[in-house]
Amino acid sequence: MIMAPIADVSSRVNHTDSWRIQKPIIDYSKCIRCMICWKFCPDACIDVVDGGAIAAPSERTLKMEAPVIDMDYCKGCGICANECPEKCIEMVLDEKGED
Amino acid sequence: MPFSIPEEELMEPGHTACHGCGATLAMRYVLKGMGEKTVVSVPAACWAVIPGAMPNRTLKVPMVYTPFAATGAVISGLRGSLDIQGKSDYNVVGFAGDGGTADIGLQSLSGAMERGHNVFYIMYDNEAYMNTGVQRSGSTPFGAETTTTPVGKERNFKKQQKKIVADLMIAQGVPYVATATIAYPEDLIRKIGNAKKISGPKFIQILAPCPTGWYYPPEKSVEVSRQAVQSGIFPLFEYINGSIKVTKPSKPISVREYVSGQKRFAHLDDNDIEKIQNTVNKRMRYLLSMEKEGIFVLPAQ
Ligand SMILES: Cc1ncc(C[n+]2csc(CCOP(=O)(O)OP(=O)(O)O)c2C)c(N)n1
Ligand code: SF4
Ligand code: SF4
Repeated sequence: MIMAPIADVSSRVNHTDSWRIQKPIIDYSKCIRCMICWKFCPDACIDVVDGGAIAAPSERTLKMEAPVIDMDYCKGCGICANECPEKCIEMVLDEKGED
Repeated sequence: MPFSIPEEELMEPGHTACHGCGATLAMRYVLKGMGEKTVVSVPAACWAVIPGAMPNRTLKVPMVYTPFAATGAVISGLRGSLDIQGKSDYNVVGFAGDGGTADIGLQSLSGAMERGHNVFYIMYDNEAYMNTGVQRSGSTPFGAETTTTPVGKERNFKKQQKKIVADLMIAQGVPYVATATIAYPEDLIRKIGNAKKISGPKFIQILAPCPTGWYYPPEKSVEVSRQAVQSGIFPLFEYINGSIKVTKPSKPISVREYVSGQKRFAHLDDNDIEKIQNTVNKRMRYLLSMEKEGIFVLPAQ
């Protein structure tokens, strides 16, 4: 017997990209794949992807899994850029609303 | 890359927390520590609205909404019913804000802890009633501006000291009590692992900075959390059955540096800051002496 309403639809249906005024851009040629950005994202929207990036600081790094931001959910808070030890994430104005 | 915290995500994107919300990171890490065999209970708070509108959910584990004051009572009942169903291996986790813990929920929390249920109570401490627009709570620190302590010409910032619920829990004999914060997820998750080894009530107070209510830019949430530890404002410790281990700041900073990044403290003058610094120094000395001497309280069982 169910006595209360049950929410069973993942919040993934709710794209939060329209919340963004700035967006993070990762410079993969400097990214050492430490995953610190992934660790601190409050929206859990940085995926860990095998061979997801084309550039890397070294041959060895190129073979490692890379952080790839899911732009359907990123709210542009900037924590990833602030915490990145290599300073290779840049926050830029997201102009999607302007066209 | 070997991950420093579990890779599995039990909190999904698409939730409705503010940009850079520290409370959201607190939940993300707590669930990484707990694992999927977990039932969470959340009272009225930001976390009651973060999962989104019906029929949305953002956690992959069951989350039960409770009245504001009832977290302690509800986790007691959940524990009992899961045990009767033979599901003793499920973690029962109350996850409440500081208003819901230090103020309105204190009696049901204290009751649940005293009865000794095998439950976790997580207080995510954003130091005010944020969901309703930043009203002061018992856990708001001295000196902070909130909408019910508006500074104005009379300097009506909060004049009372922070009520430290973790200390109250130690005093009433809870076997496991710890503090943690979002800047140190490895420490937070390790503490949950240690707490899991104890059969009985467990209480963890997690400082969860809130850009919306502390008035700092959202990208600074983790940085502010780190500064809270390094300045000694929010000491990290782990208390297990009479002994306490305190984490000494590895790169200490001053209280002035901590408060200068947050507009809720913008009105503080040199005397106020000195007063806070003195309190911080005394509390750190007190905690270190407890670490050396041990703490004697009547054990709950
Ligand atoms: C009995 C009762 N009183 C008041 C409210 C309104 N209310 C909802 S959330 C909230 C603030 C919760 O503050 P806190 O526990 O600190 O959590 P936070 O919102 O900061 O996450 C209040 C006052 C309520 N839901 N129930
Ligand atoms: S900007 Fe914020 S929401 Fe977007 S990926 Fe970085 S940490 Fe996540
Ligand atoms: S008000 Fe603060 S605690 Fe609440 S969702 Fe926003 S950032 Fe998080």
